[in-house]
Amino acid sequence: MTAAQVTLRGVTKVFPAAAGGNPVHALGPIDIEIRKGEFFAVVGPSGCGKSTLLELIAGLTAPTEGEIEFEGHAIGDNVPDGIGVVFQEDACFPWLNVIENIEFGLRRKAIDANEKSRQAKAVIEMMGLREFARSYPAQLSGGMRQRVCIARTIVAQPRLILLDEPFGALDQQTRLLMGDEMLRLWRQTGATVFLITHALDEAAMLADRIVVMSARPGRTIDLVETNWPRERDSRIVERENFGALTSRLWKTLREESLKTMGRTGNGA
Amino acid sequence: MSRLRLYQIAVVAGFILLLEALCLAGVIDKITMPAPHIILRDFVRMLLAGRYFDEIGKSLLNVLAAFAGAYLAGVIIGTVLHGHRTTRAILDPLFATYYAIPVFAFYPLFIVMFGLGDGPQVLIGFMLAIVAVIITTLNGLDRVPPVLKKTAQVNGLNALQTARHITLPFCAPYLLTAAKLALAYAFIGVIGSEFIMARSGMGYEISYAYTNFDNATMYPLILLILLLSIAANSLLSRWEKMLLARRGQG
Repeated sequence: MTAAQVTLRGVTKVFPAAAGGNPVHALGPIDIEIRKGEFFAVVGPSGCGKSTLLELIAGLTAPTEGEIEFEGHAIGDNVPDGIGVVFQEDACFPWLNVIENIEFGLRRKAIDANEKSRQAKAVIEMMGLREFARSYPAQLSGGMRQRVCIARTIVAQPRLILLDEPFGALDQQTRLLMGDEMLRLWRQTGATVFLITHALDEAAMLADRIVVMSARPGRTIDLVETNWPRERDSRIVERENFGALTSRLWKTLREESLKTMGRTGNGA
Repeated sequence: MSRLRLYQIAVVAGFILLLEALCLAGVIDKITMPAPHIILRDFVRMLLAGRYFDEIGKSLLNVLAAFAGAYLAGVIIGTVLHGHRTTRAILDPLFATYYAIPVFAFYPLFIVMFGLGDGPQVLIGFMLAIVAVIITTLNGLDRVPPVLKKTAQVNGLNALQTARHITLPFCAPYLLTAAKLALAYAFIGVIGSEFIMARSGMGYEISYAYTNFDNATMYPLILLILLLSIAANSLLSRWEKMLLARRGQG
């Protein structure tokens, strides 16, 4: 449990200037170690570079400075095999039905069509999507579509699952239930989960460790261990120390959020 | 059959019946237009006798050439332009005002350049069609959600695979719309220019029959063009509808 699976050392990201503007220092310098098999969450004020951080770890974008390693290998220009990503936006392919969408997640695997279909079916069962296997995404609700995206990710059996506010567009009940589902999948697959969220309660409920990021340029300003048991679900919010945990997160985050508001709200 | 479809058929049938009544009553005289049932009879006779098959074939071949050329070139140009922001911005005003230009005005020039053969007719059809294809292709490419491209990257697709497995299927309904527009414009361009100056083709035959008061030829040919154009269009529309229905946009 203690071996580092992902290591970020002195990572910064500066976006080049758009026409007539200044370069944007989005992130860093940042140092993070993500342990193998843990549920790791990142919270931060909006615009602090959370999503950029996720894209850096995924290999979707390259850092301006610093190094990122996944399982001991530097992450280059390509997304390494073994990393799966679930985005906030609907990423279902509208021209494919549910089972075809999920089979797409097996593109990198050198297995034949029968084996693909067998593995996709297994994940469909696991995600409770059986009766929708032949449906097209347009026929499903937002929550269902997100389940399809999660299924497409886990079917490839990634060792690291990156979640970019995956429940951000869902209603509160669905979010809680999807959180439970994520915990279940995390235990079943044994994968490491890296969750980006703006919802403090979501981070506090799901994660083993939580990093709080500062306003832009995002840096880590707090690291909280929740010490929850591995067997847990959304009812963990009833625990006494849950309140203390979220208020600690909020205390740190409030200051940073006010800075952001001051910069983008009445200040500017 | 839906109620709406029944109404749609009733409107067309009602219009034909009205024409029939007006013709039979003599409100529309025979020299202007024969009654619809006579047009239909002449139409069947024309087809059975195989008259004008050469002309019809030639016109359709030219329409096909204009359509295929404009479609292929339009999709390629649209795709290339999508990657070149500056060039696209420079050409934008041209695209925006393109259909205000009466392409037919250039017909005499084309004849000087390409002679009296089929070239000028195909070129006019091509010119009318190509910009609609470019604009529709760009429109489709603009709408590919970035998150789908990221998903492609996460799944290890290279640029070519992304184009084939993500961009192309996403844009398929737009490409069908482009095909529909291109076909309609190719018809208008080719038949229209045959009308004005050509020595052969369906448009020419209609115009020739017109100057000779030959209604038994003119109206069946008009009917044939109508039917061909509508048939091709509805075929593409059906396909387009099927794709859109899957996406909940049907």
